[in-house]
Amino acid sequence: MQAMEYDKKQTAAWITPPMLIAFAVFATLPLWIETVGLYEYLAVEVLIWVIFAMGFNLLLGYGGLPSFGHGAFFGIGAYAFGLAQFNVWANLWFCLAAAIFVTAVIGGIAALFLSHRRGIYFALMTIAVGQIFYFIASKWTTVTGGEDGMLNIKRLPVDFGLVEFSIKSNVGLYYLTFGLFVVVTLLLWRLTNSPYGRVLRAMKQNETRVAFIGYSPRLYKWSVFTLSCAIAGLAGGLFAMAQEGAYINIMSLQWSGTIVLIVLIGGGFVSFWGPLLGVIFYFVSRDVLGAYTDTWLLWFGLIFMGLVMFKPDGLAGIWRDYIGGRKAKSEQSGNPATVASGR
Amino acid sequence: MAVFEAQHLHKRFGDQVVLEEINLSFEAGQLSGIMGPNGAGKTTCFNVLTGRYKPNRGKVVFEGKDITGLSPEAVVRKGISRSFQIMNLFDDYTALDNVVVALPQVRKRGFDVLHALDGHSETQDRASEILRRVGLAGREGANAKAMSYGERRALEIGVALATEPRILFVDEPTAGLGTEATAQLADLIRELKRSTTIVMIEHDMRFLFGLADQISVIHWGQVIAQGTPEELRGNKWVQRSNLGGLA
Repeated sequence: MQAMEYDKKQTAAWITPPMLIAFAVFATLPLWIETVGLYEYLAVEVLIWVIFAMGFNLLLGYGGLPSFGHGAFFGIGAYAFGLAQFNVWANLWFCLAAAIFVTAVIGGIAALFLSHRRGIYFALMTIAVGQIFYFIASKWTTVTGGEDGMLNIKRLPVDFGLVEFSIKSNVGLYYLTFGLFVVVTLLLWRLTNSPYGRVLRAMKQNETRVAFIGYSPRLYKWSVFTLSCAIAGLAGGLFAMAQEGAYINIMSLQWSGTIVLIVLIGGGFVSFWGPLLGVIFYFVSRDVLGAYTDTWLLWFGLIFMGLVMFKPDGLAGIWRDYIGGRKAKSEQSGNPATVASGR
Repeated sequence: MAVFEAQHLHKRFGDQVVLEEINLSFEAGQLSGIMGPNGAGKTTCFNVLTGRYKPNRGKVVFEGKDITGLSPEAVVRKGISRSFQIMNLFDDYTALDNVVVALPQVRKRGFDVLHALDGHSETQDRASEILRRVGLAGREGANAKAMSYGERRALEIGVALATEPRILFVDEPTAGLGTEATAQLADLIRELKRSTTIVMIEHDMRFLFGLADQISVIHWGQVIAQGTPEELRGNKWVQRSNLGGLA
């Protein structure tokens, strides 16, 4: 089966069986996470990063556009959420919309400079863009708080007009994030299986040919980069609430590299669900390995190297091979023709 | 009547002049061939004509409209398509998907982000029909990268055809093909010629002379001769450029 290729029934559907499994697991996560020795805040962190990673994978996994500066847009979303809350209107929906909008606009402007680049030049330009925003955030202390960060960002209540829910607890924030995760997942599933998604995947395979069948690679790169930034902005806004502050470290090159690593480990090149697997693997490894050693990142790096060398399609690729192997085995044992012919 | 014209085209890369002065015109409904030795500037000429490179001087005119310097995607939308000497396919896609994504009806929905592409049987049928036309019936589900060289050549033309061009540029379609595959390709091009204006660069002179209505010979970045295959066989410039023997 081709990378990112799913059964036609699934690609036409809004909700698929893997989606239901993911939703069921995440919907019940706060109920059992502590029984497996983990904690509620980790669930919040994981889900926010899943949103970020799935948005990022639109670029990397679907468009084949390696951005090494995406942490900057996650950070911009966090700052935009805080600034909207402090200076405009402390309403959850407004602040999240501001985080998405501001990040999309800034991402869209950056994409104007990136969209005519490809390959290594695109990657280098994204590093430059990420660093520009990182240094702006670090020096513009009156707005961002510089190295100290933007403090006291509130977890604003979920306001439905007549009803209001507090998300001051981690569980409350988790379920808000879960709701948004569901929406983002549904939309991304539709998008990646739409004509637009098909063109993105074509562009990843052969940008020249995409142009010579009548599509503008530049326009597609610009739009997917902007969209991916908007999703990063949403995740950043949620992260600002989770951390109750916006901090510059998230915009650093290290964190931009981390999201690439997460998506690759998960198998973002071969599966829609790769980023989700990568995020879970990363954060659980951090906490489990981190409980044993301070040098957990070293061990994580070695795992990454092992995967790149032996299973470059990541966790999703391992799963796909396992399922494929089982299917082949059962077909072989169940098919009288193959049994008779001794194959 | 000339449907496509190149007027005084000049293209240089830094100090190196690749196209000195190219004047070409292609008649509607004909197969026009371009021949010339390696390094003569044939592919660069194609690249200028199809929007990959902008000429430093000169004009490209299609159906009376100036299309000089338009981007490849804009050129395709005008009704001009091309295949490549070095194959440009979507290797991870099936043969069918390679064609589907190139169809104008799919292109029109290129920014549709909510609806599935697979549900449209009309597009699938159209793509299957194109594959049948290029001799790939029954190979719809084959992965492009797993196809034989000859099949990939045919698919390359199929993808170009899927854009529904009024003029098709084909760059060295027989490159790397065996005798049997070349014969099959000749049949395909003969069939395409009935409905589409074709411009073809080709090194295989027997192949080209057997199919073309008009041939232009490019050498030293210029058109050194033009005419029907019969006229060119006796042309002194063609003979001097060592191509006459081949003809």
